[in-house]
Amino acid sequence: MKALLLAAAALVAAPASAATTAIVGGTVAIGDGSGPIPNGTVIFTDGRIVAAGARVPVPAGATVIDAHGKWVSAGMVAGLSTLGLADSEGVEESNDVSAGKSPFNAAIDISPAINPNSIILNNERWGGVTSALVSPATAGSIFAGQGAVITLGVGPDPILRPRAFQYVEMGEDGAAAAGGSRPAAYAMLHDALAEAQDYRRSPAAFGGREKDSLIKRPDAQALLAVLDGKQPLLVHVERASDIRSILALKKDYPQLKLVLVGAEEGWLAAHDIAAAHVPVIAAALVDLPESFERVAATESNVGRMEQAGVTVALSTVDASAPGSQRNLKQFAGNLVAITKIPGSTGLDWGHAFASITSGPAVVMGMDGEIGSLRPGRRADVVIWDGDPLELASAPVAVFIDGQPQPQSSRQSELRDRYMNPEDGALPKAYQR
Amino acid sequence: MIHTLVRASKAAVTASTCLALMACTASAPPPATASKAPAPGAGHGYDHDPYPSTYHPYPGVPTLLTNVTVYDGEGGRIDHGAVLFADGRIVQIGQDIAPPAGATVIDGTGKWVTPGVIDIHSHLGDYPSPGVKALSDGNEATAPVTSEVWAEHSVWPQDPGFSRALANGGVTTLEILPGSANLFGGRSVVLKNVYARTVQGMKFPGAPYGLKMACGENPKRVYGSKGREPSTRMGNIAVDRQTWAKAVEYKRKWDKYEKDGGDPPARDLAMDTLAGVLAGEILVQNHCYRADEMANVIDMSKEFGYHVTAFHHAVEAYKIADLLKANGICAAVWADWYGFKMESYDGIPENLALLQKEGTCAMIHSDDQNGIQRLNQEVAKAQAAGRRAGIDIPDEVAWEWLSINPAKALGIADRTGSLKPGKMADVVLWNGNPLSVYSRPEKVWIDGAMLYDAYNPKLRPVSDFELGQPGSGDVK
Repeated sequence: MKALLLAAAALVAAPASAATTAIVGGTVAIGDGSGPIPNGTVIFTDGRIVAAGARVPVPAGATVIDAHGKWVSAGMVAGLSTLGLADSEGVEESNDVSAGKSPFNAAIDISPAINPNSIILNNERWGGVTSALVSPATAGSIFAGQGAVITLGVGPDPILRPRAFQYVEMGEDGAAAAGGSRPAAYAMLHDALAEAQDYRRSPAAFGGREKDSLIKRPDAQALLAVLDGKQPLLVHVERASDIRSILALKKDYPQLKLVLVGAEEGWLAAHDIAAAHVPVIAAALVDLPESFERVAATESNVGRMEQAGVTVALSTVDASAPGSQRNLKQFAGNLVAITKIPGSTGLDWGHAFASITSGPAVVMGMDGEIGSLRPGRRADVVIWDGDPLELASAPVAVFIDGQPQPQSSRQSELRDRYMNPEDGALPKAYQR
Repeated sequence: MIHTLVRASKAAVTASTCLALMACTASAPPPATASKAPAPGAGHGYDHDPYPSTYHPYPGVPTLLTNVTVYDGEGGRIDHGAVLFADGRIVQIGQDIAPPAGATVIDGTGKWVTPGVIDIHSHLGDYPSPGVKALSDGNEATAPVTSEVWAEHSVWPQDPGFSRALANGGVTTLEILPGSANLFGGRSVVLKNVYARTVQGMKFPGAPYGLKMACGENPKRVYGSKGREPSTRMGNIAVDRQTWAKAVEYKRKWDKYEKDGGDPPARDLAMDTLAGVLAGEILVQNHCYRADEMANVIDMSKEFGYHVTAFHHAVEAYKIADLLKANGICAAVWADWYGFKMESYDGIPENLALLQKEGTCAMIHSDDQNGIQRLNQEVAKAQAAGRRAGIDIPDEVAWEWLSINPAKALGIADRTGSLKPGKMADVVLWNGNPLSVYSRPEKVWIDGAMLYDAYNPKLRPVSDFELGQPGSGDVK
């Protein structure tokens, strides 16, 4: 079957641009919250989904891929990541995630720094991640700068939406960045937004180039999009009281398009979050009081928030392990698992899968573009050898924008080289 | 066996070492009139167990689990199986076991039974939650050689992490290590995952101590940034070798004294630990990512006459699976952590499977308060990666990575790590196949005592720290 799939993929790769692909017979997971559809069909053409579901007719002339016994789903959308910003986060020289010595903060725009050739992107892609929110991290200010939404498809231009959001720290980390307290973080936030308004009123009169100015000119300029609600403001907070304080910002700045990040105590304020129509990019599965702002952390957080009507996307935020986005499916699977534990609140399969596909897309207002197999979306499609949320399952084919993606990686080449550890006729360096 | 030797010497020592100990301290030299004190005998020069375990099993009832799938922890599997335990011990496993009079019988149709999960690499207690500076007690990062420190003296028994490892992870035994800032980080301690008021109350009775060592980036970064040795990998090995040379000399002096008597040599707590390694009483648990560095350590161990029990975080173990096997060294690894620093750049998800294929002793480990809650899932991922590479490892064999192999590497395989009759009744009843993401522990017994039950909120431990906090007693 794998050979068949590969052959089919090669066919699709042929330059016939108007070719239509039909993946038939598999269990289809659309990614919009609906449950898996047995024996479904997914049709895409010119890089866009045409149809997906049961009883979808296969157009004449379509390249047919047989996926019986397999699952066909929307690709995962990483809820919040640093993909493409570092070859190895621990190798400082390769790491563009934060810039502690820069005079700028809100102005920082990560989109020109994304490296689509990073081996990490390759591994994540082959793990079923097809697009991602990518964020800078803070260093020396509560503002980290502007993140982007990227595609993981092979190609020179990874950016789907540059300057897609602004990221700000407002909990314990924000307090530390602002000089030592949460009130100082609020003072910094209000001042920065006030300066942005000053800049708007009179760009010519606005300074922001002095060495000691609190807000630099480009930072003030960048925050206008936040003030106008044209750019979502992602706010990392965990404690229930911090969440409520952030929701209250809408009184002063009614246009703000808030998104909560982390929100481990969100379940204690779930109805307020829902009433404010603020979505959450949640720290999945975190269940320990790793700091005083997270004493009420529980794996039921996501389920309880969603039950209250909050839109939730999963992320590796606050996960202590290295942030492999391909493990988001494991997080989602665990949220299904806890539905069997008395007292726990989890998600049903469809909503769990949506939390790693359409969920992040909805948060960004991009669910018309990515995150599901509904008609018109980018054809980011993964064929899995089983239930994608299961630990043992992995992709057997990945299409991004309708294009079949490479099936090897640096990791698979290392594996093949060391399948037998002993040296051969020549050293390992000659084996590839 | 190493541990029985240690145990025997402990008993003898506690009865009679008061005098010897006093004689050892600089402030109380032996009286000048004692021309030649009698020889204390091998291993009796000083107390080897001054902080003894006070752990005791909690009461249990004879219990028979029926109609379950059993992974016995040693590679065996029984379908439609049964497990009987009583008085804290495994009594019998098989297919048809008649319940003894008065036994509690639990019908486990559709469920799985395994030995409790063992994590050989944890920092629960010495890097506890909340992770505030006041509780950050895992690295004595003030000198590269601190083999005098003992992790147990940092372990905070109120870490909420112990309860999560139990309830979500089915972890019944774990080793707490010092961190990896230092070349010689100090002694590790093996705990039963049972809350107690004191760390002594959690200590696994009779488990040998471990010595945490570290290769690579961490020691050279920590001390290089302070402008002192080691700042390079060659500096790491140089300081290691100098220290082992000193330890060999120290041990020689103590061996002589224990054999011949006379004036006892001066005590050096750092050297005590290393002498214990050289004597085979203390097991070396060596943080080491890269294949070439592990090879250097293996040669160093031969140069000075000790054995490395396990390389931890051995991300590149797959490159030298044959070398590790030939030297009888285990590899403790993650399923798929990689790339987060230079020395982890070559990590691959097939590491465990490739080690298994070669016949090398291998196991999963967490090094993480969240990962320890899902070690069964990590094994499932590693097993699946192997299968995709054409290495088919049956479920019951993969379970060895969670049970008998870490038990061996901790020197406690004769007491736990599998469901063999006579062993500690450290048992998990899972609500489905534990290699599925959809399964969780339903009940956990340690030494035959039921200490977690998903259906009984009163059997959900809550540490002092969480008491009275928002969400206290909640499912977690």
